[in-house]
Amino acid sequence: MSALAIDARGLTRRFGDFTAVDAITFHVAQGEVFGFLGANGAGKTTAMRMLIGLLEPSSGSATVAGYDVVRDAEAVRRNIGYMSQKFSLYDDLTVQENITLYGGIYGLTNAQIAERTRKLLGRIGLEHARKELVRRIPLGWKQQLAFSVALLHQPRIIFLDEPTGGVDPITRRRFWEMIYETAATGTTVLVTTHYLDEAEYCDRLSIMVDGAIAAMGTPGEVKGAFGAASLDEVFLRLTRPGAA
Amino acid sequence: MRSFIGFVRKEAFHILRDKQTFWIMLLMPLVQVLLFGFAVRTDVYDIRLAIVDPAPGPASRALVEQFNASPRFRLMGVYASTAPLEVGFREGTFRQAIVLPSDLDRALVGRAPVPVELVTDAADPNTGSIMQAYASAILQRWHGEQVQRAGGVRLDVAARMRFNPTLASVNLFVPGLIALVLTMVSAMMTSISITREKETGTMEMLLVSPLHPWAIVVGKVVPYVVLGFANVLLVLGAAREVFGMPLRGSITLLLAESLLYILTALALGIVISTRADTQRTAMIAAMAGLLLPTLLLSGFIFPIDSMPAPLRVISNIVPARWFLIIVRGIMVKGAGITTLWQETVILAVQTLVLLVVGARRLAIRLE
Repeated sequence: MSALAIDARGLTRRFGDFTAVDAITFHVAQGEVFGFLGANGAGKTTAMRMLIGLLEPSSGSATVAGYDVVRDAEAVRRNIGYMSQKFSLYDDLTVQENITLYGGIYGLTNAQIAERTRKLLGRIGLEHARKELVRRIPLGWKQQLAFSVALLHQPRIIFLDEPTGGVDPITRRRFWEMIYETAATGTTVLVTTHYLDEAEYCDRLSIMVDGAIAAMGTPGEVKGAFGAASLDEVFLRLTRPGAA
Repeated sequence: MRSFIGFVRKEAFHILRDKQTFWIMLLMPLVQVLLFGFAVRTDVYDIRLAIVDPAPGPASRALVEQFNASPRFRLMGVYASTAPLEVGFREGTFRQAIVLPSDLDRALVGRAPVPVELVTDAADPNTGSIMQAYASAILQRWHGEQVQRAGGVRLDVAARMRFNPTLASVNLFVPGLIALVLTMVSAMMTSISITREKETGTMEMLLVSPLHPWAIVVGKVVPYVVLGFANVLLVLGAAREVFGMPLRGSITLLLAESLLYILTALALGIVISTRADTQRTAMIAAMAGLLLPTLLLSGFIFPIDSMPAPLRVISNIVPARWFLIIVRGIMVKGAGITTLWQETVILAVQTLVLLVVGARRLAIRLE
């Protein structure tokens, strides 16, 4: 098995004449926090959807957790967690019911579910709301809950698609702390975002422009390669050549 | 299996927590039975009748008597001329009139046909033709008796309405109603509940999970099968208790066929949900694509025989049409599977095709 968590080679996706993702090649090591940056429509989400088996690549290949995303989709699914940009818990179920449902889907035993529920709610400070309907708890908490639920089965890789959209800076901060805690346990994190300040928190990142990877490396490397003081500047130069 | 049960339970929670929808789904069929049973009757009673008899005699008196004796008619008057008819029909005092010839007694013994005029208010054509049939039947019987009395040979036509001798309309609408309700609960609610998950993004979570796509679909439809089945029992119970509808055939067969039709409707719902991206689209598609054909093209309200040829052909692909034949057969005629196997096979094949189409489209989770 490959030591790489994600290994994409020439991954391409076309929708008719439009090439959403154009032959991207990158890899992510086990335990890394890897950021996928780009403007809206740059192809971040499409790339991620191919990696988690929601979209078939037009060409190229990728392995996730050592399994081919097309041939071994089942195995890939057992080893990953995913949190979409849409809020993905059931509004009309309670916190506990949501957790139990996902635990059940991933084949956890009742004892495991009970124990992890306790830890998880303790971590985000939601013990009091265990029997509350999810629709009644505040958005920031919901997002932390969704993240925790996506981690419930202890996946080797977690995919976060713009997880911090629409939340306040404090919750965003808290969210990134959770991401770090997760990575510290050896879980690989692939996160898409268009907040450039968040990109600074990543171990490594790639900036996508029009479906292709325009820059990749640690935040320092990327800034160095462009001789820029901040990722903001790099981003502007890439997306609006001539402007900066 | 454990994950599957958890999934079904979650789906049941969705249904039970949306109390409004739940009660509507459960009680709507009952309300419909009562509405159809009491309000939408095709039986016609209290037909306001006028008889024009220019020359009263024993024969015409016998006729008047017969109409008086019929519970369906209310004799408004016997007139000497046709003068009151025009106004009476326009104002609605009369809905039907019988105009006898002035030489009735002589005509009855002659060889020429007896010219009796039967006028019916056909503003509502369905009711009109029913009223006409009732009146014709009485006229025929009366004519037979009169001819016999005059020494002629009586042609004795013994008309018997089989299976539904009283022509009660409850026998007609209950099967249709079952089809309608099942289409609504099974097809519409399934398609809405699947598209809701697409809309909220939870479907992606499920598709990314190790749950097999089939488990997702089956898990989503199981609660609706139960609900649909409860509806069938409710409608049958109400039809029996309130309207005395017979169930001449096997109840086991009826329930089995209902289950088959629930599957058909669910398959339709799945097909819709693979095409529709939003709950609204799913609902409109189910309304226009399923409810209307079930209502209009299945023979529920309009007889298929009287449809123009293209519609008759289209009605063949409406599953409710076959289900209706089956349910009417079992309930009203006491038919068994030996007579209904063809319809059953058609329905089963339709279900299979729909399931395959739906599953194929759904299985392409890799778009």
